[in-house]
Amino acid sequence: MVTNEVYKKEYDVIIVGGGATGAGTARDCALRGLNVLLVERNDYSTGATGRNHGLMHSGARYAVTDGESASECISENMILRRIARHCVEETDGLFITLPEDDLDYQRTFVEACQRAGIRADVIDPDEARRIEPAVNPALIGAVRVPDAAIDPFRLTVANLLDARMHGAETLNYHEVEGVIVNQNRVEGLKLLNKLNGEHVEVRGRVIVNAAGIWGQRIAQMAGVNISMFPARGALLIFGHRVNNMVINRCRKPANADILVPDDTVCVIGTTSDRIPIETVDDMRVTREEVDVLLKEGVKIAPSLATTRIIRAYAGVRPLVASDNDPSGRSISRGIVCLDHAQRDGLEGFITITGGKMMTYRLMGEIATNAVCAKLGNTAPCVTASRPLPGSEEDGPRESDATKRYSFGERAAIGRHGSLAARIEKDNDIDNALVCECEGVTVGEIKYAVHQLHVHNLVNLRRRTRVGMGTCQGKLCSCRAASLMGEFRHDVKGAQEDLAAFLDERWKGMRPVAWGDTLREAQLTAAIYEGLCGLDMAVNIEGKEDVQ
Amino acid sequence: MSDRMQISNLSENNFEQCTKCSICTTVCPVAAVTTDYPGPKQAGPDGERYRLKDPAYYDKALKLCLNCKRCEVACPSGVHIADIIQKARMDAGEGKRASLRDTMLANTDLLGTVANIVAPVANVTLGLKPTKWAMHNMMAIDKRRTFPAYSRTKFETWFKRHAADQQNAYPNHVSYFHGCYVNYNFPKLGQDLVKLMNAAGYGVHLLNKERCCGVALIANGLYKQAKRQARVNATNIRQAVNGKHYTVLTTSSSCTFNLRDEYPAILDEDTSDVRDSIMLATRFIYKLVDEEKIKLIFKQDYKRRIAYHTACHMQRMGWQLYSIELLRMIPGLDLVELEQNCCGISGTYGFKKENYERSQAIGATLFKDIEDARVEAVSTDCETCKWQIEMSTGLPVENPVSILADALDVEATRKANGV
Repeated sequence: MVTNEVYKKEYDVIIVGGGATGAGTARDCALRGLNVLLVERNDYSTGATGRNHGLMHSGARYAVTDGESASECISENMILRRIARHCVEETDGLFITLPEDDLDYQRTFVEACQRAGIRADVIDPDEARRIEPAVNPALIGAVRVPDAAIDPFRLTVANLLDARMHGAETLNYHEVEGVIVNQNRVEGLKLLNKLNGEHVEVRGRVIVNAAGIWGQRIAQMAGVNISMFPARGALLIFGHRVNNMVINRCRKPANADILVPDDTVCVIGTTSDRIPIETVDDMRVTREEVDVLLKEGVKIAPSLATTRIIRAYAGVRPLVASDNDPSGRSISRGIVCLDHAQRDGLEGFITITGGKMMTYRLMGEIATNAVCAKLGNTAPCVTASRPLPGSEEDGPRESDATKRYSFGERAAIGRHGSLAARIEKDNDIDNALVCECEGVTVGEIKYAVHQLHVHNLVNLRRRTRVGMGTCQGKLCSCRAASLMGEFRHDVKGAQEDLAAFLDERWKGMRPVAWGDTLREAQLTAAIYEGLCGLDMAVNIEGKEDVQ
Repeated sequence: MSDRMQISNLSENNFEQCTKCSICTTVCPVAAVTTDYPGPKQAGPDGERYRLKDPAYYDKALKLCLNCKRCEVACPSGVHIADIIQKARMDAGEGKRASLRDTMLANTDLLGTVANIVAPVANVTLGLKPTKWAMHNMMAIDKRRTFPAYSRTKFETWFKRHAADQQNAYPNHVSYFHGCYVNYNFPKLGQDLVKLMNAAGYGVHLLNKERCCGVALIANGLYKQAKRQARVNATNIRQAVNGKHYTVLTTSSSCTFNLRDEYPAILDEDTSDVRDSIMLATRFIYKLVDEEKIKLIFKQDYKRRIAYHTACHMQRMGWQLYSIELLRMIPGLDLVELEQNCCGISGTYGFKKENYERSQAIGATLFKDIEDARVEAVSTDCETCKWQIEMSTGLPVENPVSILADALDVEATRKANGV
């Protein structure tokens, strides 16, 4: 729990935003010896960080249109394989050319990749069908690139853990209500603690605005103006993996042209639509978006036409507007770091934005460099070489699937890397599965609740994958709620939390609620509403996530 | 949305149709007695998602599955749960390095051929304490287990010598897939079937060639050999069905289920063209009686109280009613229908030392029910259930066909059917 000590401390730097960028900046600052506070208005990784493909770009996708981003991607891609091993699955990726695509584009693509330093091997379509049987068999060309899958929730948590191990304080459910400006200097923030409704103030020498698309509001509160360019993308999650490699279309970036295998599922996306900044909190997925994703998705992997869809979701890319392209795709994904002292004459305020989830570390480095320049700190950046907690060189690997590990232990190693050693497993209770779809044990829940800032079931899901499987929480949520109620001695709170969690799960199922997913949802409703009399229509202040 | 998309969700063995209701786990006989086995839902559709991610997620606990198929009977969504588990075992290479024990237990026909030759010696030897000790300690076949006795003469030999010649004289004809148990251990059951069918006016013929159906090979992971034998059987069944238009009768529920459903599901041997012509004798006979094509007349002085046990694969086929209703036609038979519980043996499973305790724990409910039923014998359509129940309750166990043949007034029946 938050003590007043945390609010009273004098910080060198306060970071606004608990996405990958904020977490990466907090880690870098802490490793360089700064006194760090990070504040996040919801849970960690609830913005664009937790609402993308989970794709660790090789950079190939940007090679033709944006060489600079492509180079950044491949460089960060190689770094993340080393420092974030437990968050990354080294799947490799294919760029396929279909009969309707122009095969000449392949040459342009491969040359651009080579210029950006991305390995791109043209392979025979037969070879492509062999190494990735899910691929559309009609393909006429294929290029193999070092794409991979990455889990952004784990990545963010690992960065926060390391920041905390180096003295940083991190607060979720603390929303910025105002920026304290004294003459031309930012001195602190006014915060609302959404867990208890308390209004507090925190003081720091430098404030870093890493709030993604919401950074425009934070800047406004400080009296400066940034024009963000919100581009919304919707995605579909399928119930199981059909592919084991990332599959992209080898053409100019367009709708639904990437299929990524993420843990036990696969994800097709995205659409891209310009939206007004006022609507960035509306994450509902429309029927039209689902139709486009399906129509294009089956061209990549025909089996998607008959594979069960368990969820739909959307995210907003935090791009900084630079021209009038309505698709948002030709805008540079380039990183933008604004020192508002130079730009607007406002001291002690830095905005880090643009970029991509997978260049979060570089963004953190750039922002930290700017902070250090202001504070006269000369410590070098070590985040490119120092493994994140969980990814130490000698730690256990998920692929070490030997008899030594039970199913649940193995899944936990996949999620937490070497930190899985902290999970209790000495008795039958701790080893009992709470979430059977995703292999989450009682021990893992205990670990997450006690050590990973979990306030509710939605938080727990992001830390462990509870409720992310085929049943979307039907079996695990009541078990998890019961454990949470026990740990916190609050049965009523646990009940409300359970209702809110199931409601949140249903929101993602609703746009794709047909067939087996609808049967699944109906059974869930029959059990909880019908049999147990749970009122699922509750909305709990402070527990509700954005959307 | 394009009208051809998302009409139905298809996945191998319907694993995606699982709505995680967990009914399967509540009926799993293994999950009921041990926490070492995660239950069919977790071992099947749940685990499959992880195995698709990385085959290394295969869990050794899947070897505890009996393949009894009770999960599939219970599933309201039509998920082939046990097939998913069998396939996972196969993909994980279980059986590639099968032990001498597993190979021996699985090769019921090879073992039978050898044992027939030395039957009197084999039967005595297998019952001796030193043999049991050696098997227990050196081969991990549990010493508490009673081995089925071997017959001195194979059923096939008896049939050729004493029955084959007369079969063409009957107006109607069927084929008979006798299986290893009838051939090597208990020819009387085959003889009973011939007696029964002949009395009803049906000549019985063997297939040109018959191999062990392979149910034990699948259970012990010897898939390659199982596939070879399946090919031989499928070819010979096709000759009988498509060539001679014979129905292929069986007297073992597990052989039947294997021939009809496991061949395509596990061994990639498509038998769909002849599937409907392979059936248990009781189903065939019941239908003939029901359609008034034949008449069965039973002895007036036959008086017995017998309990009927539904074998797991019998339940999977849903055919227990045929056996039960036929037995009920015997006027002097007082039939007790037992609750449907697994006996725990599951073919060769219960013979293994590591499974013995679990096997007996699974069967405990059934044994108690049998004891409470106060019957003089038990009837079931599965031979391995027979061994398990005989060993565990001390009561004799008979196939319904044998009971029907014993109770039959052969002369009156022949006459009624115009033979």
